[in-house]
Amino acid sequence: MTPVTSSGRDGESTEHEVERYELREHPPYHFELERRAFLQVFAAMGGGLAVIAVAPGAAQESGRRGGDASATEDIAAWLHVGEDGKVTACTGKTEIGQNIRTSLAQAVAEELRVPLDAVTLVMADTARVPYDAGTFGSLSTPRMAPVLGRAAATARALLIDRAAARWQVARDGLTIRDGRVTDGTRTATFGELVAGQALTGRVAPDVALTAPSAWTVRGTAPRKVNGRAFVTGTHRYTTDIERPAMQYGCLVRPDGYAGTLEKVDDAAARAMPGVTVVRDEGFVGVVADDERLARRAAAAIRASWRRPATDPSSETLYEHLQREVAAGGRPATPIVAGDVDAALSAAARTFKARYLVPYIAHVPLEPRAAVAEWQGDSLTVWCGTQRPFGVRSELAEAFRLPESRVRVIVPDTGSAYGGKHTGEHAIEAARLAKAAARPVKVVWTRAEEFAFAYARPAGVIEVTAGVDAGGRLTAWEFHNWNSGASGIRTPYDVANQRIAFHPSNSPLRQGSYRGLAATANHHVREMHIDRIARDLGVDAVQFRLSHLTDPRLRAVLEAVAQRIGWPRPSAAGRSLGIACGTEKGSYVATAAEVSRAGTSVTVNRIVVAFECGAVVHPDGVRNQVEGALVQGLGGALFEALTFANGRLTNGTMARYRVPRFRDVPVIDVVILDRKDLPSVGAGETPIVCVAPAIGSAARGLGHVVDRLPISFVASPA
Amino acid sequence: MPISLRVNGRTHEVQAEPGDMLLSVLRQDLALTGSKYGCGEGQCGACTVLVDGQPVRSCVTRVSTLGIKPITTIEGLADGDRLHAVQEAFLEAEAFQCGYCTPGMIMATVALLRATPSPTDADIVKALQGNVCRCGTYARIMQAVRLAARRMRPSDSSGGAR
Repeated sequence: MTPVTSSGRDGESTEHEVERYELREHPPYHFELERRAFLQVFAAMGGGLAVIAVAPGAAQESGRRGGDASATEDIAAWLHVGEDGKVTACTGKTEIGQNIRTSLAQAVAEELRVPLDAVTLVMADTARVPYDAGTFGSLSTPRMAPVLGRAAATARALLIDRAAARWQVARDGLTIRDGRVTDGTRTATFGELVAGQALTGRVAPDVALTAPSAWTVRGTAPRKVNGRAFVTGTHRYTTDIERPAMQYGCLVRPDGYAGTLEKVDDAAARAMPGVTVVRDEGFVGVVADDERLARRAAAAIRASWRRPATDPSSETLYEHLQREVAAGGRPATPIVAGDVDAALSAAARTFKARYLVPYIAHVPLEPRAAVAEWQGDSLTVWCGTQRPFGVRSELAEAFRLPESRVRVIVPDTGSAYGGKHTGEHAIEAARLAKAAARPVKVVWTRAEEFAFAYARPAGVIEVTAGVDAGGRLTAWEFHNWNSGASGIRTPYDVANQRIAFHPSNSPLRQGSYRGLAATANHHVREMHIDRIARDLGVDAVQFRLSHLTDPRLRAVLEAVAQRIGWPRPSAAGRSLGIACGTEKGSYVATAAEVSRAGTSVTVNRIVVAFECGAVVHPDGVRNQVEGALVQGLGGALFEALTFANGRLTNGTMARYRVPRFRDVPVIDVVILDRKDLPSVGAGETPIVCVAPAIGSAARGLGHVVDRLPISFVASPA
Repeated sequence: MPISLRVNGRTHEVQAEPGDMLLSVLRQDLALTGSKYGCGEGQCGACTVLVDGQPVRSCVTRVSTLGIKPITTIEGLADGDRLHAVQEAFLEAEAFQCGYCTPGMIMATVALLRATPSPTDADIVKALQGNVCRCGTYARIMQAVRLAARRMRPSDSSGGAR
């Protein structure tokens, strides 16, 4: 499988909806491996009732492979009811702070009619859960929750069938609640019903889910299911895992963000008692019983590296990105409507701008970490990643093992934000553990995380719009170099469009980030719409509404405008800005109230209106919206990786500023709960309109530069 | 060299170099992994513990500087199954997402409320400014701190102060 973060050179994307940094294909065949694995898991659980859940649409997808559906079915989840009545649901999704361990359990509890605490989720352990491409794209809620829900609904039907058979009564007369089936006089617990006779079932294609109007568990806001472990410090992140006889590993790395090993002097490290030096081609690492000793030994190794000579600096980057269009990659097909050149020629006014978007770092507070343990030629690795099966493939490839010999286990992880798709830390720990013949833990330092994890792509975006004499948009030309294609379409009614993404050769390693390029593309689109409305002397909300037909987008825009009191700021010296958009099936509008302090912007207040269909966990959605908003503040106001001569110049926590308490404005979140619409994800989209809301608000107080982070041109307006 | 540390009411003998950092000793030698490594620069607060009741960044605190001063980590906060009021408040306000910053946030809050039982919002921001929550749950943490302060004040009998 292709690593997710080459450096923009693979150019996999052939359509705009799929972000190249997240594009993943299912393996072409599953054979019987999954079913066998399932039966092993099932046997290990000691009988009971088990249900296999197949992803909806898998049959159609498998059709293109020409096989029959039963041979290539995509098993998406397993559900088990034990003889003790406990319910276990197995999914390949990972918990990275987005709270799906709780919200997915809600779907199961709802459909099985059991209390939430009767449900346990086994997540992201490749030996115990079916294949899953990864936790990204805001797909857990729209895709995995219905899969688990249908598995639970099927289990409910099987339990009723069994009770009906046992009592010789019609199933219509039976009811099921609180983990029991009853016919009014007799009652049996789930455990009693499944005892003694193992039972397996498959989800029927027509099984119905409980309508949102009848939800009793979903739509409520239970506390995080394992919350107590987090406030007591007992939750074991990867960084906290200990194995018997475990040693600690440390890598010797280039002195810049990249480099090729030229020579190594490891004599001093080899002379240190208890230290093992591991060298393999360009790989240099050490292992010791003590983490501090391992770090001292790594520091004692003298290595020289050949640095890329021609890399730009963070200042000359943007010309580089426009010049160095990725060679060899398939160019993305532009989105074209009407005749944009003719429309621009005929336009009464045209508006042209060029925006710059820097690289930013994810800075997950738990850095990359992995614990690797070999038993013979079988490998188990605990690590933080959003793609356990992808990391399993990387390990299998690196060590030339069949995937069946590799197990990847992902403990609930100290956040990711799109930044943990790859498995380099897992490979490092496994390589060291192989040499040491002991389990080895590798924890990246913060400096390593800055320099060698991948960044949110930088980009250049050029936009040209044409407006007719009546003030209607007639032309929209939009080119994005390097940052990505997510959210590149415009939701506004414009007859003539040309929209294109141009992948570039990136000097920094780059990859997924919360919301992907939708943040960059929304920023530029909304800032440009604001500029046009401003120059035309038209209200920015009215201008948008007159070009928007999508009622869901109009609804969030109108809700946010009303809540912030558009168009009047609440105090003198302040200014309002607004932006809206839709991405990954959800809708967001953000409004900001700002004031000015020298060349920088102070955000006083932010209002967000967000709609993601039927809300599963109201407080969880709110938490995600607030979090995305705060993360968006960083990119809007101060986050940018700076570099020169092959080195980062701000790759430390002291130099790379992330949002802190003092930066947080008054936050007001309006959730539009649409029980009539399917639930979609909420972790990403609320970030996309933060920067343009702030940037357009700032324009009311001075001249704002066309680049992120947002700042004023030094002279006052 | 052997070094004695008084952690959560118990005295521990560990083998460490004088320049070794407290966080490393807590996590590796004493298996107290509730205190987290976030940056190693004293900039993110994930490693916050109390020394003599004061919040310190254990990732930049050398073990040789501690003597027998009492050290409290997140593991020393609850009384058996009974959570500290600050822990309860974080749970109730759902003041976390991934939870990695939570132990440090809680320890910094305990120190704040000992020194300032009725903090203003400005006091809270000042006390917690050195603690990063990359998931951005700051508003909820503020809420949790206010809730804990309310519960812990002696005049308020409704809470589980201790």
